[in-house]
Amino acid sequence: MTIQDTGAETTGAETTGAETTSAQDTVAAAAATPQRAQPHAQLGLTADEYAAITKTLGRRPTDAELALYSVMWSEHCSYKSSRAHLRQFAEKAPPADALLAGIGQNAGVVDIGQGYAVTFKLESHNHPSYVEPFQGAATGVGGIVRDILAMGARPVAVMDALRFGPADAADTRRVLPGVVSGISFYGNCLGLPNIGGELAFDPCYAGNPLVNALCLGVMRHEDLKLAAASGPGNKVVLFGSRTGPDGIGGASVLASASFGAGSKSKRPSVQVGDPFMEKLLIECCLELYAAGLVLGIQDLGAAGVACATTELAAGGGPGVGMQVRLDTVPLRDASLGPPEILMSESQERMMAIVGPAGLERFLAICARWDVEATVIGEVTDTGRLEMTWHGDLVVDIPPGTAAEGPVYHRPAQRPAGQEALLADDPARLARPGTGPQLRAALLDLLSAPDAADKSWVTEQYDRYVRGETVLAAPHDAGLIRVDEQTSLGVALAVDGNGRYCRLDPYAGTQLALAEAYRNVAATGARPLAVTNCLNFGAPTDPAVMWQFTEAVRGLADGCLALGVPVTGGNVSFYNQTGDAAIHPTPVVGVLGVHDDVRRRLPAGFSQAGLRVMLLGRTGAEFGGSLWARVAHGHLGGRPPAVDLDAERSLADVLVAAARLGLLAAAHDLSDGGLAVALAESCLTGGQGCAVALAGDAFTGLFAESAARAVVAVSPGAEAEFAALCAEHGVPSAGLGVTGGPSLEVTGLFAIPLDELAAAHRATLPALFD
Amino acid sequence: MTARIGVITFPGSLDDQDAARAVRRAGAIPVPLWHGDRDLRRVDAAVLPGGFSYGDYLRCGAIARFAPVMAELVPAARKGLPVLGICNGFQILCEAHLLPGALNRNSGLRFISREVQVRVENTNTPWTSDYAPGQELTLVLKSGEGAYVADQATLAELEASGRVLVRYAGAASPNGSAAGIAGVCGEDGNVAGLMPHPEHAIDALTGPGEDGLGFFTSAVRALVAA
Repeated sequence: MTIQDTGAETTGAETTGAETTSAQDTVAAAAATPQRAQPHAQLGLTADEYAAITKTLGRRPTDAELALYSVMWSEHCSYKSSRAHLRQFAEKAPPADALLAGIGQNAGVVDIGQGYAVTFKLESHNHPSYVEPFQGAATGVGGIVRDILAMGARPVAVMDALRFGPADAADTRRVLPGVVSGISFYGNCLGLPNIGGELAFDPCYAGNPLVNALCLGVMRHEDLKLAAASGPGNKVVLFGSRTGPDGIGGASVLASASFGAGSKSKRPSVQVGDPFMEKLLIECCLELYAAGLVLGIQDLGAAGVACATTELAAGGGPGVGMQVRLDTVPLRDASLGPPEILMSESQERMMAIVGPAGLERFLAICARWDVEATVIGEVTDTGRLEMTWHGDLVVDIPPGTAAEGPVYHRPAQRPAGQEALLADDPARLARPGTGPQLRAALLDLLSAPDAADKSWVTEQYDRYVRGETVLAAPHDAGLIRVDEQTSLGVALAVDGNGRYCRLDPYAGTQLALAEAYRNVAATGARPLAVTNCLNFGAPTDPAVMWQFTEAVRGLADGCLALGVPVTGGNVSFYNQTGDAAIHPTPVVGVLGVHDDVRRRLPAGFSQAGLRVMLLGRTGAEFGGSLWARVAHGHLGGRPPAVDLDAERSLADVLVAAARLGLLAAAHDLSDGGLAVALAESCLTGGQGCAVALAGDAFTGLFAESAARAVVAVSPGAEAEFAALCAEHGVPSAGLGVTGGPSLEVTGLFAIPLDELAAAHRATLPALFD
Repeated sequence: MTARIGVITFPGSLDDQDAARAVRRAGAIPVPLWHGDRDLRRVDAAVLPGGFSYGDYLRCGAIARFAPVMAELVPAARKGLPVLGICNGFQILCEAHLLPGALNRNSGLRFISREVQVRVENTNTPWTSDYAPGQELTLVLKSGEGAYVADQATLAELEASGRVLVRYAGAASPNGSAAGIAGVCGEDGNVAGLMPHPEHAIDALTGPGEDGLGFFTSAVRALVAA
């Protein structure tokens, strides 16, 4: 459905959610009182959208129908501003046999061989995490885990990409510790290892922190489940937690509008999590799957019962309908009526389609796990989604009209200041030249919150549970063993760079993709598939829409060039307070397959006497660099050049070298360039190194040219590795050797590892302890 | 004979598969035990794994101690069945009064997940006999409520009778545990509780090394000898 955007959309910024409406508004009453005024604007629907609903139904919607459409047509659920652009991910998808289920499902599913498939997805919980950091972040983890569970997979790991305002800002001290403890609380209690992620700071996120959570799941091919109802007479079962008044309208009121002065009053729109119930739900679902009792399944996340019922019914295809008795939904608060029940985002709930013959066994397995399960309806062949409340019909709609939602082609306009920003080249900035100046510059970067050691955060997360974690932060990617017998594994990395994207959203998004791709390859895994979380400001702002369209185009083109399909993702708009939008911040997750996790490449130098080499080409590229920001507070110029062919060749070298056992360590170069990468490799592995630089030392140390990595070569493999690089056309240069008590750059400076560690590790504890 | 070592799954247990893997690597057969069954399935020893049993609601381990399986386990432990509680399992054994003391919130008030060094203080138990007295091990600590506390008389009695099983190495305990206590055993030595996780330290590929395997091989040796 396409609705003309008249610009009349409400921002919903100052409203606080649904009015409690009469529970008695029925389909019959709606037909009899066509003129009754309804609070569509307070629910986030425009006048045009309200008119479209009335036209579809041939009458005004009931209060329950209005609630259902308002959440289903919210930006968060319907992707109404982004869908027209996201099609490029399918249109430009590279040929790939590995994709078993793609965009549109709860999460993409990828074949990794040996009969295994993995599913992974990245999702935002930005707005709730600002309003209530602990519960917002906790339920973000819970929600993405249920998405993965709904595909038929066992969740096996989580990651998170976090962005906050300035590290020393008072509000960051409220939001960051709350978010981290929320992720720690929920993920640890679920028994899912947290294997890495990102933590970055920038003033643009001060009013809009970004909390993007990723979950990885593993299944056998035959276990794949889809969100589709079929078979008239099959039962609709709601199981898990009871439905309460928490998170009502979260998708429409909270996730799909900008923050204004009334943000604190949105707290009732944030859900409250119970990870213990979710753990039971996971084990219960996996036992139900194994018993073959589930015909279709959908998790309850944004838009709760409204979304689960419409998507299951719509997923069944033409003619499939559903009859639901809303009064049978188990409640935590008996005063809730149909609109609230439909909109509630109470956590830890799932909805399954179950054959009548299997119902008794289904309910018995739920009882064994102390999970409450209730038959709330049946699948029909009417093509209508019908819901009753104590016998009265309160919803009667074609489910596809709610599931599909409107599509907007919003105006996009390159912002006026963009050219001046690109012209503001960092070449004009004063640079360190002498050994002591370069030494001080490195220590400044290492202790800057963006590059500082993140143990303060990661030591609150359980990385060990399940006993399959081969690599986790601070390594380049997380690596999880999938099969203990064959040592098959998967690697995952998430990356984003708002500064690069602010300068050039097309190139910046490709750089985020390239970095995650490189990080996966740096462990020795072959990159295979992509997920994303696209964090942007308000789509009603043409400048934001331009950033968004450029980012999507960049990601689609980049994935085609690298041969890795986008399997799914998430869009988060309205990340702005007042007129100030965040930097465009697409976060890209790349998944790779590791043939043999015993041959993984760690990031650290843990052995002395190994030859250190730099792979790739270095240019004087400082636009958007960490150095420009830390040393001068500068953001301008062009981001590093994108060379996806070089990225591909570099990845080929790293994967082949890991397989052949030619390398002892590999670490990608990104923020802070070679200097920061060498320091990290020394600190992670516990060995110093001595290197010599050819050419301009400042450029060599701090430039952020892409498609580069630093490696330590296994003893005796130097010639074979050099030949491998030559074969793939990857430039390689010897830098020096590992070992010694310090990071030494010949003729310029030496920093003892103790001093390096102190600079790197003191920052976050000093800020947040 | 091949020893049969039970691993109890409570609702919210998380490290049960890890404990079962450690049992298998040590050469025994892991036997899954279910919280709701009053049945120990003829096991020769039992492990209560880490996790958040019953969501740690009320107090860590406070609800799990009333699980039906505990009605069998407690008398069996008093009769000599070797029982090891790890992390949440340790908390449950304290709540069940099979071990003295309790575990409080970490002194830093945050969850701690990292490798720690511990020293084995008593090697005369079925869970520690494969170690050398004073041997230092690298294990994994991951808990929010891991600070061991007991009254002064109990602490003195534990020290005097050699019932401090393992202690955090170094000057300060990472979580504020009294006397740096990381694990204790009961009067007969057969019941042991550990806050750090030995089952996460059985393979250098997925943990800090293999130092933790000795707890499980000790039990296997004790059972085969018995």
